[in-house]
Amino acid sequence: MATLNIEIDGRALQVESGDTIMDAANQAGITIPHFCYHKKLSIAANCRMCLVQVEKAPKPLPACATPVTDGMKVYTRSEYAINAQKSVMEFLLINHPLDCPICDQGGECTLQDLAVGYGGSSSRYQEIKRVVRDKNLGPLIATDMTRCIHCSRCVRFGQEIAGVMELGMPGRGEHTEVMPFLESQVASELSGNVIDLCPVGALTSKPFRYTARSWELSRRPSISPHDSLGSNLEVHVKDNKVMRVLPRENEDVNECWLADRDRFSYEGLNTAERLTQPMVKYNGQWMETTWQAALEFVADKLKTIPAEQIGALSTPYRPAEELFLLQKLMRGMGSGNVDHRLRQSDFSLDDKAHGGFWLGMPVTYMSRLNRMLVVGANLRKDHPLMAHRIRESVRWYGELNLINAHEDEFLGKVHAKRIVAPSQLASTLAGVCRALAELKALPVPDIAAHGVADDTARKMADSLSGGETRAVFLGNMAQHHPSYSQIHALAQEVSRLAGASFGVLGEAANSVGAVAVGAIPGCGALGQPALKGLNAQQMLAQPLRAYLLLSVEAELDTHDPVAAIASINAAEFVVMMSPYKGKSLDYADVLLPIAPWTETSGTFVNTEGRVQSFSAVVKPLGETRPAWKVLRVLGNLLGLAGFEHNDSKEVLRDALGDTPLGSVQAFLDNEVSGVKVEPPSPGEGLERVAEVPIYQTDAVVRRSPSLQMTLDASLPVARMNSRLIAKLGLQENGRVSVRQTASALTLKVQRDDFLPDNCVRVPSGHPLTAGLGPMFGPITAEPV
Amino acid sequence: MANPDSSLRLSAESLALIDVEVAKYPPDQKQSAVMGALRIAQTEKGWLKPDLIEYVADYLGMPAIAAYEVATFYNMYDTQSVGRHKITLCTNLPCTLMGAGELAEHLKNKLGIGFGETTEDGRFTLKEGECMGACGDAPMCLHNNHKMHTHLTPEKVDELLDKLK
Repeated sequence: MATLNIEIDGRALQVESGDTIMDAANQAGITIPHFCYHKKLSIAANCRMCLVQVEKAPKPLPACATPVTDGMKVYTRSEYAINAQKSVMEFLLINHPLDCPICDQGGECTLQDLAVGYGGSSSRYQEIKRVVRDKNLGPLIATDMTRCIHCSRCVRFGQEIAGVMELGMPGRGEHTEVMPFLESQVASELSGNVIDLCPVGALTSKPFRYTARSWELSRRPSISPHDSLGSNLEVHVKDNKVMRVLPRENEDVNECWLADRDRFSYEGLNTAERLTQPMVKYNGQWMETTWQAALEFVADKLKTIPAEQIGALSTPYRPAEELFLLQKLMRGMGSGNVDHRLRQSDFSLDDKAHGGFWLGMPVTYMSRLNRMLVVGANLRKDHPLMAHRIRESVRWYGELNLINAHEDEFLGKVHAKRIVAPSQLASTLAGVCRALAELKALPVPDIAAHGVADDTARKMADSLSGGETRAVFLGNMAQHHPSYSQIHALAQEVSRLAGASFGVLGEAANSVGAVAVGAIPGCGALGQPALKGLNAQQMLAQPLRAYLLLSVEAELDTHDPVAAIASINAAEFVVMMSPYKGKSLDYADVLLPIAPWTETSGTFVNTEGRVQSFSAVVKPLGETRPAWKVLRVLGNLLGLAGFEHNDSKEVLRDALGDTPLGSVQAFLDNEVSGVKVEPPSPGEGLERVAEVPIYQTDAVVRRSPSLQMTLDASLPVARMNSRLIAKLGLQENGRVSVRQTASALTLKVQRDDFLPDNCVRVPSGHPLTAGLGPMFGPITAEPV
Repeated sequence: MANPDSSLRLSAESLALIDVEVAKYPPDQKQSAVMGALRIAQTEKGWLKPDLIEYVADYLGMPAIAAYEVATFYNMYDTQSVGRHKITLCTNLPCTLMGAGELAEHLKNKLGIGFGETTEDGRFTLKEGECMGACGDAPMCLHNNHKMHTHLTPEKVDELLDKLK
């Protein structure tokens, strides 16, 4: 691109041709007032606030939409430009209400700020102001549409970033209103971003409404504990309470966006369900006690139980320091029974992997891929912002190929897709592998010998052999699958044949970190040899005598909640470390209140291996303590060596060395070897298709009232295609009785013709479906 | 299809006309035909009910709200039900200079309705229109979006109203 010489406000600048005056001014640090311009959205030029004077131009020009030309002289602060900007401001204020004192945007409002600089001290407009009826956009976004200045940022966000145009601007002139079609709710999992985008108080946060003024809040940096992207957060705190969460801009991670789960989950921190005092069950009665007494009780009890009869389980949503000390504690006691992969069911890769599984590339690369194959992933709901990056790739003419057991709207163009029963996932992938080998005239890998290269497989193979940047990704469903090792090995072959990058989309905030610090039975921190032991499934299939649970809600967090609850109930001693009471009141013997991510320092390693440490943003609630401190003291009480850490940084150094980022990156490796692939036996009967709903993934999200009111948190239903509904003699929207390994459950029937034959889709991880059984496998369904 | 209500379904003739509109644009840009499609739908059904707009949007594979934006922007689309005869009177400057203001008063008095309203018997709807691009023949009105009447006087308006049953 050619470089042009221009001048803004008398300063000579060199800019790329194709840049706008706004881009050039931003580079030079010159501020031009604006409302509708946003660096991540298309240019609309409809607010007119950025009018500037350009030499030889007969009228003021909008800086955001005017490309620079060589020799251009721009004046942003000349009398001519200021007059134009002031005139626009006068028009904008004509219909804007003077309700700043009761507006949540007050204090952080672009219109308010710019009105100070460009507004008149009184209005010449004497007529009646326009009033617009408020719209109901659901439980997350509050509306005051009279305040809207029609910048159209929220509309463009829907079209360009969220992938679905939920808001529009019907009407013309002063009758224009921002609204959804036919009073519908906004359902996008990224909807909360329109609150940040809105330059005025038209769209504000509903859960935050009227609870604080922006200048009363301290802004503290943190990291999101939910999906594996590790979005950077700015947590706003008042009176030692988290009041709201906003994105902290990081171009390499979350850009300036935040998924609704990251933004609104904080509500779950302030619920009455919080555990605030250590408790011990004594003769069947829960008694509050002191930390000293509780920890001594735990240590004494653990000393009486053989180490191999103790199992330690954690969710992958806990910081790395805690996971490291948990495995160190267990291995110090002489047991390798430690795991965090609660929803996984195939662990046979443990002795075939060469390192920790990860994304295989930096997250930023996901925005510029030419060819993609994604296997077993519910992209939008499991990885909302990575789905946005993939959509960006697709918009840049990338081709997305999907293999999955169900089809939810991706909101972007899909090149080829194959929706098959879960039991056929591996063989479908083998088909693509064979097609690719045949296309490239290479020998068909042994593990893909049973694959059938049908038309779709060939179309995918064709797509994967083109382009310059290619990637194969495995999603959560693939990782939870009973044949995960085969799917992983086949995907690896496909990526090798295609010359594509191979990645595993991390399930949770610290899935990568947990493996890196050794919270798996196979190896210790950074793959060092360590005591081997039972994996999560083995620990829960047969009862052990004691369980140490780190925030594990066994009925919701596990692959097979029925077996898990049975084993935990049968254990003689269960220690639950959790910020919440929950159902553990029924099965635990000791409850230890540990801090959620806002009340402790810690580290999450995201799916690209980025090590992100954070500090506590508020003081722990009641007697709550950071879990790393609890585990450290427990280590001391058990008389174990190496538990002398004074702060979480020392724990991290103990776990990952002096250069955590470098050691983690060196440890990550998706390569597996020696996997045998067996052709699947043709399934009989019905199969369950299960995903974890977006707002049921972890303990904090489950307790966020506003998220639980969204459409994504609707009650579970049994979905099946119309052929199966007819075959079973059911009625659409009628009721069906489904049963797996345990008791039967009655659910509403919902038709979903995108499901494969003989599959019943019932979500797991939900209190209502906890009594069913494993996430995969046979299921029966009959009319009620 | 999002809307199973068969009363919204357009006739085969209308769909064929819409297909002609769609064929004017590249296959992956079907939504370019939205203006033509809405016009055809309105001609068949009389006015554009929101559900009908959604049907057209689905047919063109575009978001319903985007079609609704178009339907509410242009004033020849009717998003409220209209009478058998829709009289759209231009009230822009040249027409007003030539007496459109008096004509408006005359129409309102004669029909007993204001702009944007329909007579109780469902015979007439009166609408305020924008420039029809024939200012030399001002003042003027449009009957049912298709037939233009120019050089209007109150007498000519009475004559026109009498003819429309």
